[in-house]
Amino acid sequence: MGAAIIVKGLKKTFNLRHSHSLKETLVWLVKGRKSDLSKKFDALHDVSFEIQPGETVALLGFNGSGKSTLLKLISGVILPDQGTVRTKGRVAGLIEVGAGFHPDLSGRENVFLNAAILGMTEQEINDKFDEIVAFSEIEQFIDTEVKFYSSGMFLRLAFAVAVHTQPDIFLVDEILAVGDEPFQKKCLAKIKQLSDEGRTLVVVSHDLDMIARICDRGVVLASGTVQFEGPADQAVAWLRDSN
Amino acid sequence: MTTSTDTYAVPGVGAGLLDVYRRRYLLKLIVRKELRVRYRGSVLGLAWSYVKPLVQYVVLFFALGIVLRVGDQIPNYALYMFSGVIVINFFSEAFSNATRSIVSNAALVKKIYLPRELFPVASVWVAAVHFLPQLVVLLAAALLSGWKPDFMQLIGAVLGFVIVAVTATGLGLLAGAINVFFRDAENIVDMLMMIVTWTSPVLYDWTMIRRLAPPWVLFIYQLNPITVAVELFHWAFWYPTVDRPVELPPHLMWTGLIGLGMAALFLIIGQLVFRRLEGHFAQEV
Repeated sequence: MGAAIIVKGLKKTFNLRHSHSLKETLVWLVKGRKSDLSKKFDALHDVSFEIQPGETVALLGFNGSGKSTLLKLISGVILPDQGTVRTKGRVAGLIEVGAGFHPDLSGRENVFLNAAILGMTEQEINDKFDEIVAFSEIEQFIDTEVKFYSSGMFLRLAFAVAVHTQPDIFLVDEILAVGDEPFQKKCLAKIKQLSDEGRTLVVVSHDLDMIARICDRGVVLASGTVQFEGPADQAVAWLRDSN
Repeated sequence: MTTSTDTYAVPGVGAGLLDVYRRRYLLKLIVRKELRVRYRGSVLGLAWSYVKPLVQYVVLFFALGIVLRVGDQIPNYALYMFSGVIVINFFSEAFSNATRSIVSNAALVKKIYLPRELFPVASVWVAAVHFLPQLVVLLAAALLSGWKPDFMQLIGAVLGFVIVAVTATGLGLLAGAINVFFRDAENIVDMLMMIVTWTSPVLYDWTMIRRLAPPWVLFIYQLNPITVAVELFHWAFWYPTVDRPVELPPHLMWTGLIGLGMAALFLIIGQLVFRRLEGHFAQEV
């Protein structure tokens, strides 16, 4: 058995200016492609690491260090400009709370849509539906359109769907920031359970104490490169010292 | 791929339209979502899609028949035109919505990986759902005119539908991908939709083109898969109701197969371009 996630020599560059019209581009082409049409920004540069199956790994770093970009690359939302990402098994990415939710659909319809987007089959969703709703504790509102939900209810349902997709690799970006304390505890317990079942977790969070508690290992990023890799508590200490 | 990574997947690289087939349950949910969102807060809901074609038929019947007296040249002109109009309606709804589909689903495209081909394909399905009521109106009008088709004509109608669906999917993939980078694409498509009614024999018949244009123009004219589909629909729904001799283009089944070939070509081109550009969707949309 090899690693669950292999990241090798990853580089990702973004254009800083996007909105160019067809006219501007034509002019640029006619002038012989002189000068770059838009400024570039290296979000990630030469990032390599491996994550073993069953590990819980935190990606740490300050705002703009490239954590979310890395998570998006692992989930396949964006593709690298250089280097490779390889994953083994089903990947479920919770890059943002309720990303696959549509405000005009009811909670019930959204559960089906979101679960299907995260890769569940019809049979699996039918089997898990009651469990998902029970976990979210919003049975009463399940047939209400989600645009009438509070942000807490929204989070509960989104998280409930995501943890029930049974992914081999679970990517979580900053989603525990909302939600009341009892629900946060419940989520953490669920994350622990997933980890005990041998699933691989990659977590991005600014809650350093929580990371030190639940993660095995930490990867610290700064300006798009890996600065430190090691046990979670040491990674947290390193990040705190570097400031 | 090297042996050490052959059980690994490359995130974000899918199998294109094949993935859409594999995840058809998700496709179904997306189609349902589009329909629900379209008719939210509307009392009549999907019934609107019956009212609109009915009105369109009545307008064609009175405006063209009584006012412009088209019926002198084309027997059963309202049926003739309506059978062509619903092909154009289906095509333009499918194509222009597919063109917008990636941009209008930006929230999803940016946050979660799923086969992005799902969105243009879902647009074509939604258009097909709206096509159904139009077909019902057409069938009712045809039956009132004493419609008795033979088996080949019905096959022809199905072939025509498939040609339009495949063409719209292919062009929708192409324009939908380009639209992410240049929003000009949707305006260009809207403009094309104004032209497309006139590049096919919808409001006139093909013999007029034959009279006016040299044979090579007629040849190119008939290569257009939409023209092929319109003629197949004429053959299936209008031709069986006509009692005086009229002339349809020759070898309709054969041109149908050529039209299908053209549609398949569009689909291949659309898929190839889509795959090339797909990697940049999330950061550009």
